[in-house]
This record gives sequence, structure tokens and C-alpha cells, in this order.
Amino acid sequence: MLKQTEGSRAVAEAVALCRPEVICAYPISPQTHIVEALGEMVKDGSLAPCEFINVESEFAAMSVAIGASAAGARSYTATASQGLLYMAEAVYNASGLGLPIVMTVANRSIGAPINIWNDHSDALSQRDSGWLQLFAETNQEALDLHIQAFRLAEELSLPVMVCMDGFILTHAYERVDMPTQAQVDAYLPTYEPRQVLDPADPVSIGAMVGPEAFMEVRYLAHAKQLQALQRIPAFAAEFRQIFGRDSGGLTHTYRSEDAETIIVAMGSVLGTIKDVVDEMREEGHKIGVLGITLFRPFPIARVREGLQGAKRVVVLEKSMAIGLGGILSTNVRMALSGLHMHGYTVIAGLGGRAITKKSLHGLFREAEQDALESVTFLDLDWAMVNKQLEREKAHRRSGPVAENLLRDVGIVAARNY
Amino acid sequence: MDKPFAITLDPGSSLANHTGSWRTFRPEYVDRLPPCNVACPAGENIQAWLFHAESGDYEAAWRSLVENNPLPAIMGRVCYHPCEGGCNRQHVDAAVGINSVERFLGDEANKQGWKFAPPAAATGKRVLVVGSGPAGLSAAYHLTRMGHQAVIHEAAPLAGGMMRFGIPKYRLPREVLDAEINRLVEFGVEIQLQTKVDDVQQALQDGFDAVFLGVGAHIAKRAYIPAGDANKVLDAVAVLRGMEDHHAPLLGRKVVVYGGGNTAIDVARTAKRLGAEESIIVYRRTRDKMPAHDFEVEEALQEGISIKWLSTIKEAGESDIMVEKMALDDKGFPQPTGEFERIEADSVVLALGQDADLALLENLPGLIVEGGMIQVDGGMMTGHPGVFAGGDMAGSERTVTVAVGHGKKAARAIDAWLRGAAYAPAEKHEVATIERMNPWYYSDAPKTMRPVLDIIRRQSTFEEVLGGLDENNALFEARRCMSCGNCFECDNCYGVCPDNAVIKLGPGKRFRFNFDYCKGCGICATECPCGAIRMVAEEN
Amino acid sequence: MSFQPVKFYQTGTFTVGNRLLPPEERSVQASARRFNSINSGHRACQGCGEALGARYAIDAAMEAADGQIIAANATGCLEVFSTPYPETSWQIPWIHSLFGNTAAVATGVAAALKVKGKRDVRVVAQGGDGGTTDIGFGCLSGMFERNDDVLYICYDNGGYMNTGVQRSSATPPAARTATTMAVGPEPGNVFGQGKFVPAIAMAHDIPYVATATVADLRDLEAKVSRAMEIRGARYIHILVPCPLGWGTASHDTIRMARLAKETGIFPVFEAEHGEIKSVLTIRRPLPVEEYLRPQKRYAHLFGKNPAVETIAHIQALADRNIRKYRLQARRGS
Repeated sequence: MLKQTEGSRAVAEAVALCRPEVICAYPISPQTHIVEALGEMVKDGSLAPCEFINVESEFAAMSVAIGASAAGARSYTATASQGLLYMAEAVYNASGLGLPIVMTVANRSIGAPINIWNDHSDALSQRDSGWLQLFAETNQEALDLHIQAFRLAEELSLPVMVCMDGFILTHAYERVDMPTQAQVDAYLPTYEPRQVLDPADPVSIGAMVGPEAFMEVRYLAHAKQLQALQRIPAFAAEFRQIFGRDSGGLTHTYRSEDAETIIVAMGSVLGTIKDVVDEMREEGHKIGVLGITLFRPFPIARVREGLQGAKRVVVLEKSMAIGLGGILSTNVRMALSGLHMHGYTVIAGLGGRAITKKSLHGLFREAEQDALESVTFLDLDWAMVNKQLEREKAHRRSGPVAENLLRDVGIVAARNY
Repeated sequence: MDKPFAITLDPGSSLANHTGSWRTFRPEYVDRLPPCNVACPAGENIQAWLFHAESGDYEAAWRSLVENNPLPAIMGRVCYHPCEGGCNRQHVDAAVGINSVERFLGDEANKQGWKFAPPAAATGKRVLVVGSGPAGLSAAYHLTRMGHQAVIHEAAPLAGGMMRFGIPKYRLPREVLDAEINRLVEFGVEIQLQTKVDDVQQALQDGFDAVFLGVGAHIAKRAYIPAGDANKVLDAVAVLRGMEDHHAPLLGRKVVVYGGGNTAIDVARTAKRLGAEESIIVYRRTRDKMPAHDFEVEEALQEGISIKWLSTIKEAGESDIMVEKMALDDKGFPQPTGEFERIEADSVVLALGQDADLALLENLPGLIVEGGMIQVDGGMMTGHPGVFAGGDMAGSERTVTVAVGHGKKAARAIDAWLRGAAYAPAEKHEVATIERMNPWYYSDAPKTMRPVLDIIRRQSTFEEVLGGLDENNALFEARRCMSCGNCFECDNCYGVCPDNAVIKLGPGKRFRFNFDYCKGCGICATECPCGAIRMVAEEN
Repeated sequence: MSFQPVKFYQTGTFTVGNRLLPPEERSVQASARRFNSINSGHRACQGCGEALGARYAIDAAMEAADGQIIAANATGCLEVFSTPYPETSWQIPWIHSLFGNTAAVATGVAAALKVKGKRDVRVVAQGGDGGTTDIGFGCLSGMFERNDDVLYICYDNGGYMNTGVQRSSATPPAARTATTMAVGPEPGNVFGQGKFVPAIAMAHDIPYVATATVADLRDLEAKVSRAMEIRGARYIHILVPCPLGWGTASHDTIRMARLAKETGIFPVFEAEHGEIKSVLTIRRPLPVEEYLRPQKRYAHLFGKNPAVETIAHIQALADRNIRKYRLQARRGS
């Protein structure tokens, strides 16, 4: 059913269609609308049976989900940013225990400085947590990926993180095609846990493993994630059969068949990029796009396959490996090992900085000229940065950076240091 | 369940890990000797019979008791219960009233008509037992149990010895005495009354394979007291004996008893009951030096007996006596002070101790007599082979209980001797001292007091002074037993083991350690209330 | 002569068992068929109070729930010694997630059971004092506040013993630990404000809060049984001496717990909805010195120049407990 709705609401409804049994909620922007909507559905009885638990922290949220999942309940929670970091210990634990929890991460930057706006720093900080990570480009895809996530998680007995850009998607009203309960039921079988806490068949879950078997356990987690690379295309195909549309999968290519320049990105920014690519194609540029839906496990072969015909690859990412450059680009580079082509890392849109078509046009053209630095910071205000660098050179006690910058742009009137 | 590797494990699989290899000390179950048993002259296994009484199985308790002592109803009345003096419970609140439970069991046996278990197969051996006092009865009983034929020759017209002719009725009702003697007779002990043995040598030739002498000490010791003819000076043995003869001795209104032993008390209390207005004990030392048991002194005082401490009788006149005051010297001995006093007295009863009549032993070679007592070895055998002796004639401590113990010990030695074996007493376990126990665990339970007869009736009748416990109280009292040194299956070791390394074997079967898992922490030993576990170093 | 009812059987209910009691009054631990929820072969130190306390408590819970128990366990000694790969000592469904999230994991299990309609299966969470009073405290308080259907059991041995005896917020004043060494002008742990989590649990007005020690098995079992009769958040705080951390002989574990209770150092009571309902009175009152002296963690208080003032301070804390919780036995009771 087509409807115009907020991204968060759409995701909430999709999650509800998946018949979750335990939902843990702790407020953090920008995921709040999702759990608020689910909470209301549980409270008014439209989502039943389901336990909606208002926990006291994200750490507890994930922990409650761990307990619920281990006891055989389909469990869901959502978080973002600091919340994801606060639950990080439990995030790793959930995957280590092989519990098929599904969690929405409404992507948001990580402080300090505290910032509620979108980038991918939060989710990518957990890239090695053992969770599967899916990135949605649109609200429709976000909705669809949640349905697939439960299927995937329970099939592999691994937790899945569905990442959607905070505010850009979560708070955007768009038209979505909301599936019916029958469709979802047909796609998503009842949860049959691989292991469960049951007095009739007691087991000890969460043993202490020493050097004699720890590496094997880790390898098996790796091997299990790699299995997802085979399963996901099949799940996506099955999804197309039941729901009548393409959603999910490992990667999506766009006008990249004969492209000399391919832009790689994740999430909603792909829409802007595609618009720019369309415009440049009309002008005769051989440029295309590779959108990555599955970040973990990283589809190395598929990425290599999608990029190997190009002359250059521009990885545009809303994340940053401080002291190195890019995170996504480092992963992409691993896929291109041994191929001779130009590779550029573009850090863009951190903390909600707008990524404009105008900027992208300039960026891509520079790339085509191979005039880009290997690591480029899109629309960085060099004047502001340099001023602060000068200040720091001059005074060891030059004051807090964030406030200095804000004062420079005239936002706060604070005293000078 | 398709369990994830290593992270998820099968239940209880740690059994594969034998933690017993950590152990440097190992626990051992032991049976230590309870102090009550140590103290009992009759060698009763008190803790063992209390164990049965605790569960209300009085017959089993009685059967356990009579393995060592065939006279519990008597013992429960006349024994001075040294067991209670040894009882570890006195360190917690007050000693267990063992004696009162024993009496309850004895009375219960009489009431229910319980019989002894049949004796062992007859051996064909005959043993002459001289005297039917507690030593003789005890010896005869144990010999009979062992299959020997025990024949008691008793000079008196009634059996019981000093239990009948020395202990007043108000302490030991005669029907109780008769009941326990009758049970022995029914059991097979042959008692020939009014049969005085004059010559032991002769008896040995008359078809007896061994002899046990338990003739007691009936001859009153005399002290020289100048006395006028009119004054009655009697001895305690004769007075108490006369009580059994249907013609009570005439003591008068004012009776003075001279002496400080239990017999003196018995006579003074008897005199009171016979109608004496004044019954006075004259004793040369102080109360704390008095050989009589303090509770008996107390009872006598309650009944109106007066005691003249630190006094000796110098002479007995027609209607009074003269006493001299004494003073204790540095060593606690009384010394004359030269101060005199006259006390009105219709009669004076001397209770200065008794001697044994050893005339029947005159022809017997090898016998050694010292201080009026016949000398015996560790198995109660006299210097003449095959002749054993016990009771008052062979011991300095003259109580019914000691006599019963002598009888048992002698019976065992006689049995060995008859088999041509050497008598070897069983090895004794180490004593369960309070330090080896953990008394915290025992419930607070004050001692149950036995009912005491109304004072007026005590002064005028020979009714039994001390009552017995009813079943409820006896059970309560039995359950105050701490089972020192002997497992009573409280499950503490089983429960407190952090390694589940104690195996419970079921009621009456106690426990076993599982050394596959016992790490040797020793909690079981520390927390065993009764001290029945010890820790020993592992070898190697 | 007054009638003396035969009520106390030799050791009454102070020992684990008593052959004279009717079967229905016997303890769970006395049964030859007890669950042994935590099996032999675990790797706890000799004389471990926590291993003992855990078996006492979980077996009692198993008895009360007819074997339908799921346990969540915090990281710590209990977890490490019971479940090192490839063996587990647990005979019940059991999960270990993290150090600080046990109450929340238990909440999750309880929620799953509720949604699945498995009302007969009950949830127990357990952890040491570090995992309860420190790192797990947020989750614990959250579970209390929501009144989730979880019985949380804290095995308090007064420190982080698993990591080598460091101080926790349950470490008593003056005690030496690896992070409160017996050096300087005030050796050992500080006399802080204290953090008595049972009282904090009571402040949540949850249906049931109790304290117990491994020295009073019957009391402990009764409290677990009582807790299992109730739905909602319940908390039992059990004192479990640690031979390693306390510096006591392995055989003195129960004795130390008994001394803690008898000196008033550790008040044993139960409370419902924030109000104290009963206390275990002191049977044989003792000065705190009797409790302190056998423990090497207090060794610096004794020796040549005894720390008289410090001992008096500890005595004052015990006396305050005795007053506050009315631990003194009344005459005639």
C-alpha cells in the first residue's frame, strides 16, 4: 500500500509487521520516532504479543535484547550515535553469542563536540563488532531492509544493524509502499532460535573461552558472516518475488557499465550523487555509481567486479578514520588490491554538513582531471581551520576548538582566549 | 540444539574436571568417644542409646542401653550420673539430663514388659556369682548373654544386695528393683537365695568353671564413742537394713547421725520419715568437703534435716551427746578446738563407712587384700586364677554404677578366661572434647527438671522423692544430646561442601566423601557440630 | 511443671538437615536428590563461599519453581569458575553476557517468557558485589524501577576477587585490598559513606528484599522460597566469605559468615515493599574483633600496636546495625 509517511514511521510499521516480541527503547535522536511509534502500537494493542520495555540506557537496551533473544524472542531495538557507543560492549556481546537481534541505527555523528546530525561515524565505529550492517538509500529501502534483516539475522543466527541516515531519512516524509502483513508473513518465518534458554534442554550460553579455542571461535564468526554474501542475493531475490521490487542485496550499480569514473558511497547521499551523475552523463561524462548496501560483511568480490573496468574510483563517505582518512575507502581499496587505477577518498557531510549538487559537480570534475588530493574534505572551510591552526601555533592554551570556530563564524559571542 | 562452538556448553559437563587432585588435606569421618561414655562407670554407650531415644524409638534405645547395663530403671534413680558431669552440653547451657532419660527408658521397659534379646548359644560353662547386688547381677547378666550359665548365690532372703538393704525406698521403690531383677531371672539368671557361700575353694570344686565375687561391704565401721548404757548407738547398715525387715528400728524423737557420706544422708532422711522430730547430721568438716553428693545434701536440708558442720562426737550420754567443734587447718584437715557443746539425742547412728566380709576367701591361695579391699587385675581377676571380684569389695568408689561396670568387665574377662584367651579391653577412641565440636548449631534448650515430691509427703512417707519425665519431656531431654563425636546425620557436611563432594548414603548409613571432587577445604570438618570429621594430610 | 513442647530437635533448624524433622520441613540442601544446580568439577577456590551460596540459592529457587529456572550471570568469579570452555558446572539454562548488564539480560529473558506465555519459567539473575553494586548498578536499578519479574541475587564477598582482590563499593572500611593497601596513615579501605545495596533496593519499594549468609542455610532457603512466591523485582543479598580475598582459612568460610552476622557487621533481614518484615537476631553476641582478627585483610589492625580506634569505629558501625535493624534477641523469645 502506497502512503506518504515519515521514514521513522515507515520503519516502525515495517518492524511491527515482522512481529517482534520484545522491543527495548531508550530515547536518543534521531531514532526516537521509531520506538515511539512502536511503543504506541504495543500500548494500544495493535502490536501483540509484544513486550515494550523502557530501559534506563542503551547498554540496557541491548542487554535486554540479548536476554530476550537468548530466551527465544524476536528482539528489536534502535539507537544512534552516543547510544550506539554506550551499548558497544553489549553490541559485541550480542554477535559473539550469535543472537539474531535487529537494530536500527539512525546514523548520527559522534561527539565531542556533541552534534545530533547525520553522518556514518556511529555505525562504522561498530564495523568490527560482528554485526551485519545494511545501509539504506531511501525510506523505502530502509523499510524493506528491516524485513530482510530479521530473515537474515535469524537464518544466520547473527545480529543485523540496519543503518539509515538520521533526519535525512528518519524525519523525511516520502511516499513508501508499505507491504501487507500477509506478504511479510510469507517472507519471514516464525523465529526458530538456534539456541535457546529452556529448562527442558538446559545449556550454558556465554562460556569463557581461552587461547585454546578463541581464534577458532573468531574465525567461525568470520566464516558465518561470509555466508551472508551468498544468502543475501537469494533473500533479495525472494523479496522481489513476494514484494515485487528490488531492495537490499550487496551493492547497486548505477550507469557504471562504461564509466571511467565511478563514485562509491553509502546511504541517502547516493540520491544526490545519482542526480549529479545524470546531469554529467548528459554532458557526456563517463561517470557512474556503485552504492554499497551491505557494509558488513564487506562484499569484496562484488565491489571489485563493479569497479574493475573504471579508470578511477572516488569513495565519498560520511565517515572518517582520523589519522588515516576514510573508512569506507580503505575497505574499497582492499577490494581493488592489485588493480591499477586512481583512487580518491572524499570525506563529506560530517555532522550534517550539506552535500550539494554544486559541490559534487566540482568534485567529480576535478576527479576526472585526477586533480584531487588522495584524501579530500568536501567543502571544508579552510580559512576557519587555518585560523585555528595559527591560533594553536601561537598559544598553547588557545581555548576550546569548537567554540573558537563558532565564534569565528559569529555564532556565539564568547570572550576571547 | 545446534549449539555454537565453544560459547555454548552442555549442562553439568564440569564433572570431567576432577578437582580432587587439588587436595592437600583430606577429610575423614571418625567416631570420637563422647565424654558421657568416658565418664560412665558402667561403660554405657550413652550417646548411642540417646540417639534412638531422640527419634522416639524408646525400645531401640532401651535395647541399646541394656547391652551394657541391665538395670536402667534402677540406674535412672540411684546413679550419681558422672555422665552428666562430663556432658559437653554444660558448656552450652546445662548438661543433658541423661539420668532422667535412662529412668524413663527403664520405667518404660517395665511398663511395656520388654524382655532382653535371647542369649547366645549355651557354652556349657557354669559360673558361680556370689552376691546378688549390682555387681553380681551385672556379671550374671553379661555371662548369660554370652551363653554361660550364671548361678547367683545370695545369703539374704531377697536379691538386690545394698540396692535393697542400703538404699531407702524413697530413692528406689522396691517394685522397680524387683521388676529389673525378675527380668534377669526370666532371662536365665539363676538366683539361689539364702545360700551363703562360705568357701570359694569348695565352690570351684563343685562344678563351677569360674567364680565372681560380689559380696559387697556390709560391715559397718565403728568409732569409739564413750557411751552410757541407756543411749542407743546404732550403725547405719543395720538401720537401713532394718527398714526392709517389717520392724522399723526405733530411733526416738531426736536422732543424731554421725558421718558425711551418702549413707549418713540416707539414714538422716529415713529417720525423719520414721517420725523423728529432729534429725541431725554431725560431720567433722565443711559442706564443700562432704563426700555426700550435694544434691542429696540439698534435698535433706529441704526436708528439715539439720547438719552440724565441723563437729565430732566426743561422748554419748543418756539423752544427749557432746560434740567438739573443729577447725580446718591449712591442709583442710579438721583439728579439735576444745570447744564443746551438748546436743539432745535419743539415738546415735554411726555412718562411718563399711568394710567387706572377706571370710569366705580364707582358704583361697594367691589372694591379695589391701586396706580391706580385694585386689584385682585389669580384668577384675583376683590373685587366684578363675576367681574374679567386683563391686564394693573391690573398689574404692562404692556406687551401684561402679558395681554394674565391674560386673560387666568381669563377665568379659571371665568369658575370655573360659575360652583360654587373654582379656583385652576394646581400644578407646579419642575423646570428643568441646573444642573438637561446633556447638553453635545446637538449639537453645534448657534442661528439663524432674518433678519433685511435695515436701510434707517427703517428711512423712517413703514415697519416691524424685519423679520421672513424661514421654514428651524425656524426648525433649534426649534431643538435647549433642551426639558428641558421633555422626547424627545432621547433613551439615553434605550441605556445606562447596564442591558437592559428600555423598549422602541414606538414613542410618551416614555419608561418604567423593574424593574425585573434594578439594580438601575442610569446611565439613569445621562445621560438623559434633566433631565427627577430622582433616588429615594427604600423603605424597 | 510447665509443658515443654518438643519443638527444637537437637540442632533444630541450624544445621543443614535433621533426621528428626518431618520430611516437609527439611531443607532443600539436605535432600539426597537436590538439584546441584552447580555441579562438581567447578574451579572455585577451596572453601569458596560463592560456589556454596550459589548452590544454596539456585537449588532453593529450583525447588520453588519446580525446576523451571533460567539464570543470567554476571562476569566474575562465579562465571569464570563455573563455565570455562569446554566445561560448565551449570545444570540449568544459564547465560552469561557481560559484567554490568545482568539485571537487564534477566529482564530480557523475563520479557521473552512473558510474551511466550511461559509463566511457570522463572528468571534469576546473579552476580558478585562488583557486578551488582558497582558496574551493574544502573541496570539493577532499572530492573527494580520497572519491577521486572526477576529475582536478583548478589553474592557479596566484598571486592573484585576474580581480578585479584580489588576494592568494590561493597568492600568494608579498613579492609586491605590490592587497591586499598594497608599502608599510609589510614591503611586499608576508607570509612566512606558505605553503599548498602539492600537498603537501596528497599528504596525502590520493590516487593521483596532480603539479606542472608551462607552460615544460615535455612534462613537463606526460606528467603529464596519467599522471593519465588512473589512476582516482580526481588533482591537477595547474600554474604559469601572469600578465603582468598579475606585471607581466611578455607575451612573458616561459614564460620566467618556466622561471625559477620553474630557481631552485627552484616544485618540479616527481609523487607517487603520497602518495609522490614523480619530480622535474624544475634544468637551469640560477639565483639567485632572476633570477626576481624581471623582475617588477614584486617591484619594491620592488630599486631604490636593494635588500631584500637579503628576497631572501635568498626564496632560502632556494627552497633549501629544492631540498633537500626534491631538485631538483639529479645529475652524470652
